Amino acid sequence: MDTMAAIKQTFFQECEEQLVELESGLLAIEDGTSEPDTINAVFRAVHSIKGGAGAFGLDQLVRFAHAFETALDLMRSGRLSPSRAILKTMLMAADALADLVRVTRENLPADEAEVGRIVQQLELLVEGGDGAAAALAPVAEAPAAEDVPDFQPIQISLADLVGSAPEGARRFKISFEPKPGFYARANEPLTLLRELGRMGQCRVVCDTSHIPALSDLDPEGSYLVFHIELETEATESAVRDVFEFVEFDSQIDIEAIEPEPAFDDDAFARLMSLAAGAPQEMPALIEPVVRIAEPPPAIERVEADSQSRKAEAGKAEAAKVAGGAGATIRVDLDRVERLIDLVGELVINQAMLSQRVAEARLSRSSALAMGLDDLEQLSREIQDSVMAIRAQPVKPIFQRMSRVVREAADMTGKTVTLHCEGESTEVDKTVIERLTDPLTHMIRNAIDHGIEKPEVRLAAGKPESGHIKLSATHRSGRVVIEVSDDGGGINRERVLSAAIAKGLVEPEAQLSDEEIDNLIFLPGFSTAATVTDMSGRGVGMDVVKRSIQALGGRISIVSHPGRGSSFLMSLPLTLAVLDGMIVSVANETLIVPLTAIVETLKPRPQDVFDMGGDTRVIRIRDTFTPLIDIGQVLGYRTEAADPANCVVVLIDLEGHARRALLVDTIQGQRQVVIKSLEANYRRVDGIAAATILGDGRVALILDADAVVANAHSQAAALPEMLEPAE
Amino acid sequence: MKKTILTVDDSKTMREMLKFTLVNAGYEVMQADDGVHGLEVLEGMSPDVILTDLNMPRMDGFGFIEGVRRNARYRSVPILVLTTEGEPDKKDRARRVGATGWIVKPFDPEKLISAIRRLAA
Repeated sequence: MDTMAAIKQTFFQECEEQLVELESGLLAIEDGTSEPDTINAVFRAVHSIKGGAGAFGLDQLVRFAHAFETALDLMRSGRLSPSRAILKTMLMAADALADLVRVTRENLPADEAEVGRIVQQLELLVEGGDGAAAALAPVAEAPAAEDVPDFQPIQISLADLVGSAPEGARRFKISFEPKPGFYARANEPLTLLRELGRMGQCRVVCDTSHIPALSDLDPEGSYLVFHIELETEATESAVRDVFEFVEFDSQIDIEAIEPEPAFDDDAFARLMSLAAGAPQEMPALIEPVVRIAEPPPAIERVEADSQSRKAEAGKAEAAKVAGGAGATIRVDLDRVERLIDLVGELVINQAMLSQRVAEARLSRSSALAMGLDDLEQLSREIQDSVMAIRAQPVKPIFQRMSRVVREAADMTGKTVTLHCEGESTEVDKTVIERLTDPLTHMIRNAIDHGIEKPEVRLAAGKPESGHIKLSATHRSGRVVIEVSDDGGGINRERVLSAAIAKGLVEPEAQLSDEEIDNLIFLPGFSTAATVTDMSGRGVGMDVVKRSIQALGGRISIVSHPGRGSSFLMSLPLTLAVLDGMIVSVANETLIVPLTAIVETLKPRPQDVFDMGGDTRVIRIRDTFTPLIDIGQVLGYRTEAADPANCVVVLIDLEGHARRALLVDTIQGQRQVVIKSLEANYRRVDGIAAATILGDGRVALILDADAVVANAHSQAAALPEMLEPAE
Repeated sequence: MKKTILTVDDSKTMREMLKFTLVNAGYEVMQADDGVHGLEVLEGMSPDVILTDLNMPRMDGFGFIEGVRRNARYRSVPILVLTTEGEPDKKDRARRVGATGWIVKPFDPEKLISAIRRLAA
C-alpha cells in the first residue's frame, strides 16, 4: 500500500472514531448530560471529517459535512437552541454522515435523494434558526426526471477564456515597509525577499534613513523600508501571494508594468472543439444542472483540458484501489451465526467420528486415525477463525460507561473520574452486548454506595474526586473485567444487619468477611436508606450476578473497609465452545472446563484427612486443600466416594483459591460445543451448560465455582438440586 | 541541516498528510496531537516553523499559540495555522494571539511548501 492509500485508510478509521464521538455527543446534548465542551467535540468531529475528506477530494462528503458543520456552528454559538426537533435532525444527519462515510469507503454510490433531503433540512435550520424547527415537516419530493430541463448548460468561467499573458517578463516596483506587528508575529523580511528572488531578477534597496539615534531606538520598533524591482514571469497575484501573511502588518505597494491580459485563443479553441464534438464526453464535464438541496458550488470550472481529466480519472482509480486495500466487507450477522452453528455441528460430528474410530479399536497410527487428527486440527482452526469474526474490542462499551459515570455522579452530587484499561481486549460480540447492563448497574452502585461524598472523602484524607477503574484483560482463556472504586468499601456491619432484618441470614449465623460481602448478591438485598433513582432498589447486584452467570461467567467481590471495593468478573471469550476434560462421576459424564484445571492426580489414602462432618482435605505437596466429592455435591450419590478409587482434579477458583474435586475417572479431553441448559431446560446450580458428546449423549458442563460454593453452604439442600422442575 | 517543522493537529489523517508532504519536501517533522501535547513536544526542540490546527481538544490552537509566544525562546518561531475556508474571524483571532500566517485546508502541497519557505527560507 502506498503512503497516500495508507493515509486514506487512517482517515476512514478516524472517521469511525469521529462518528462515535458525534453520536454520543449529540445524545448527551439531547438528554441534557452534555458538558460545555460537548458541542465543541461534536463540531470538531464533523469538522475533522470534512478536513480529511477535502484532502482526498471526496467532494460529496465535504459538501455534506460542510452543511452539517454550518448548522452545528450555529448551535455552538448559541444561535440555534438544542431543542428536541433540532437534535432529531442532527442525529439524522449524523446517521446520514455515517452512511456516506461507509459508501465512500466502499466505493458504493450514495443515496443521493436521502443525502439531499438531509442537507435541505440542515439548510433550513441554518436559514431559519430556531424558527425552522417547526418547519421541519416532510420535505418536498425531489422533482421527477421529466422536470429536469432537457438541455445541459455548461458553466464557463471567464478565467478560462482570459488565460495567462503571453510568455515574457513583467516588471514590478514594490515598496515594502514592515510595521512593528510584522516582527511580533515572527516574520522575517529576509525570507520574503529570498522568495521574491526565486521568482526572477530582483534588486533590493533598503532605506535605512528612518533608523533613529540609538538612544531613541525602540528594540521592537520597525524602521526599515525596502524598495524592490522585480523582473519575473510570475503574475501580479503570485507576487502578492508572497506578502499574503504580512499585508496587515506592512505597507505594501506593488506597481505592475505589464501588458493587459490577452484573449487566450487556445483556451477558446479548446472549448469550442469540446462543444462541437465528442458528445459522449460531455456528461463527465458538466455539473448536473439540478441537484436538489445542494448549494451551488461557488466556482464551477469546466475542465476543458483532457490532460487534467485523465489525471482525475487516475485519481478515481487510485481511490478505488485504496478503498479495496482495507479489504473489509460487511456481512449480515445472521450469516455469521449460521456459520458458527455449522462449525459447532462440525465439531460434534468430528467428535462422533473419533469415538467410532476409538470403538473400532483402530491403531492411533492408522491412516484413518491420523486423518481424523488432521480433521480435528482443521476444524479447530476453522472454529478459531470464525470466532475471530465475532470478536470485538471492549472499547465501545467502556466508552459508554463514561456517560454512566457522568450521570450517576451528577445525580449523587459526587465528583468521580473513570479510568479505563485494556480497552482493546477482544471478546465475543454477544458477550459485549450483554455486558452493558451489568456494567451500568455496577458502576452506578459503586458511585451510589461506594464513593463517598466529597466532604467525607476530604475528611478521610482522600482526594475530593472519587475514582473508578474499569479494566479488561485476557487471563487463562477467559476475559476478566474489573470494576473497582476507591470509596468506603462494604460496610459489613450494615450489610449483615440488613440481611438479618430481611431474613436472608439467621441472626446467629457466623459469617466470614467474604461471605458477608457476598450477601449483596442475594435477591432482595438492599441497604440504601432511601430508594434512589439509580440503584438501591435491591435488585441491582442480584441481577448483575444472574446476567454474568447467564453468560457463563462468574463474579466475585473483594472489599477493603475505607479503601474501596473491587468487582471481578470472569467471562468466557466465546459462548460457543470450550475445551473440557470429560470425567465420570457415579456413572454420569461431566465436563470440567480445562481453563479451571491446574492438575490431576491419583490420591493416596494417607493424604486424605477427615475434618469431621462431610469435610475432608487432601495434602498435595504439603499443602492442604479442601476435597470436594462432585458426585455427592450434585446429588448423584449420598455416600462420600473412597478417594482410593477416584481421581483428583485440582482447580483454580475465581478468587485464586484452589479446590480438589473428586471424580471417578477421566475419559479424555475434548473441545465441546456449548448448549444452553437454561434455554432448553432450566437453570441448575453448579452446572454451567450442556453439550453433546461424540456418542450422541448429553453431558453437563460443570460450573466449578458454583459447585464449590454449594459444597460449602448448601450441602444439605443439594440432593434435590437436579430434580426436574414441577 | 534539515529544517524542522512541528505539526500540531488532533486529526491523525491531517498529521500524516502534513508529514508526507513536508518529508517529501526535505523537512524533518515532529508531531503533536493537541495544544497541550504541542507545548510538551516543544520543550525538547527548536522548530523552524510550527504548523497548528485551531480546533483541537484539551487546548485549541489559540491557546497553543499564546503558550508558544509566552516563552521568549519561541517568540521568533513562525507559526502557521490551518484553517478552513470561510473562517476569516478565526484567522484574525489567530493573528492577534501571534500566528504568523495561515494555510487553508484542504491544503495544496505546493502552497504549503511555498508558505513555509517564505517563513524559513
